[in-house]
Amino acid sequence: MRDAPVSLRDLERKARYLRRWVVELIYAAKSGHLGGSLSIMDMLAALYYGVIRVDPARPDWPGRDRFVLSKGHTAPALYAVLADKGFFSKEDLFDGYRRINSIFQGHPDFKKTPGLDMSAGSLGVGLSAACGMALGAARSGAGFLVYSIVGDGETNEGEIWEAAMFAAHHRLDNLTVMIDMNGMQNDGPTRDVMDMGDMSEKWRSFGWSVRDVDGHSLADIQAALRDASASRGRPGVLICRTIKGKGVSFMENNIHFHGAVPTRQEYEAAMRELS
Amino acid sequence: MSSSFRDAVCDALIASASDNPSVMVLSPDVARALRLERFLERFPNQYVSVGISEANMVGSAAGLASVGYTPVIVGFSMFVAEKPFEQIRNVVAYPNLNVKIIATHSGLCVGQDGATHQATEDIAVMRMLPGFRVLAACDVPQTKALVSDMVRRTGPAYLRLGRDKAIPVYSEIGSVSERGADVLRDGDDVAVFTTGTMVPYVLEASAALEREGIHASVVNVFSIKPMDEDIVVSFARRCRCVVTAEDHFIAGGLGGAICEVLCARCPSPVERVGVRDTFGESGSQDDLYIKYGLTPSDVRDAAHRAISRRVGG
Repeated sequence: MRDAPVSLRDLERKARYLRRWVVELIYAAKSGHLGGSLSIMDMLAALYYGVIRVDPARPDWPGRDRFVLSKGHTAPALYAVLADKGFFSKEDLFDGYRRINSIFQGHPDFKKTPGLDMSAGSLGVGLSAACGMALGAARSGAGFLVYSIVGDGETNEGEIWEAAMFAAHHRLDNLTVMIDMNGMQNDGPTRDVMDMGDMSEKWRSFGWSVRDVDGHSLADIQAALRDASASRGRPGVLICRTIKGKGVSFMENNIHFHGAVPTRQEYEAAMRELS
Repeated sequence: MSSSFRDAVCDALIASASDNPSVMVLSPDVARALRLERFLERFPNQYVSVGISEANMVGSAAGLASVGYTPVIVGFSMFVAEKPFEQIRNVVAYPNLNVKIIATHSGLCVGQDGATHQATEDIAVMRMLPGFRVLAACDVPQTKALVSDMVRRTGPAYLRLGRDKAIPVYSEIGSVSERGADVLRDGDDVAVFTTGTMVPYVLEASAALEREGIHASVVNVFSIKPMDEDIVVSFARRCRCVVTAEDHFIAGGLGGAICEVLCARCPSPVERVGVRDTFGESGSQDDLYIKYGLTPSDVRDAAHRAISRRVGG
């Protein structure tokens, strides 16, 4: 079921405290990917509070909308959202994330964690899985919608473009993808590592309905998501301009925090900024 | 009756789709090459055109399985097992999704297309995946029986087939043995374990051995994983020497799997017939089997060597 509408102010407040959880989670586990988890938080908050139809009391409800975090290394952001929505407790998440015998793996495992719809971690394949779900819904008439978040670095993968062809060919208008355009990947700025050129134009030329969005404007993201689901005949993609490490000044656009764990001083400074 | 692996697959898929509306066939632009047209005509809504994009095909199959479908991937072994292996590992095997892979063109029997199309290591890689069933069919009745059986069971499975011509071994198969292996010939002198397209050649070799007064057991191990270890151990114990024969590398395939069982439970002399750490080439199946040592006489020679290594003669 879709949640009751959340005011923009509440949504912004949620996104801020969920960013705190992400920093706490990665600091406690002493491992994880901060920068990307912070850059997708507004996209996730926009999706999960007012757009996607899911039910924490029935995580396996067959009619639920599906979400695939194709850039699976940013699982902390998704775990924080799912905990906040009540799929599991925050305490269990903080006790378990990246630890032995836990349901909270370093990368999403949908057979272990309630609220996940697909396992991911190997870049590229999550979007393919989302395509399969969308095709299944289209063929069966099940009526659920499918969402996915893909990294801009992840679009280096050939499989992303195989999936892009596939979704357009099969007219999967029940599929909406958000690209996290934070401009950085593991080895540096995306334009230096593998320059993808005009991202919007690429998706447009593959036959997708494209919307350019400020990836930190919750109102804009929600409006674009609703608009994309309503358009017929083509899959939709939101090219979301984001900032890696968004919300913590010294982590923003800092490649060091793609995979680094903050020191105690950095952690405390981040907590102050996100309070 | 048809003697082609391809036609057998099409017949079996039609039968499976008739019983099970969740069956969804995916093929990477080889549906015509595999003569699936009859399936496409009857079940257009249970076929997905994926183009030449094997990675996305496997990922999409995982997505379909996650929402209740039974995806059946059909294509050449090299391109449905080995090319998208990482996708199979991470989004099919790891989440244990109900995806089936039917792989034709396995091994040197591919023939004239040459080494790029001859998957001689697919058993080795596929049997490394936890929870994956790895099967091989030797002829038309076994292909039909195993396709139907794999679709009926839940869980990921890989079925290995030859390219086209299938030499008849079984007259018919009512139901697939739960043991995963069929004893095709019984004898006390040497136990020969084989699978897939090599089965008829091993039967021919065993007939020649019989004329020499050597009584061979022939066991068709159609389920390489899970493997019925008890049947392997019981025949090794009884015959005290073993031959394995397969159209695959001797490393990692059936021979490797049998050795893993025997070294733990019944150390025995084992002679492995198969491809030896080299790539194939273009040529007819017969010429390739001669050059790379996969003929009935190679099996017979291996049996002699195995018998000569028996402890106590």
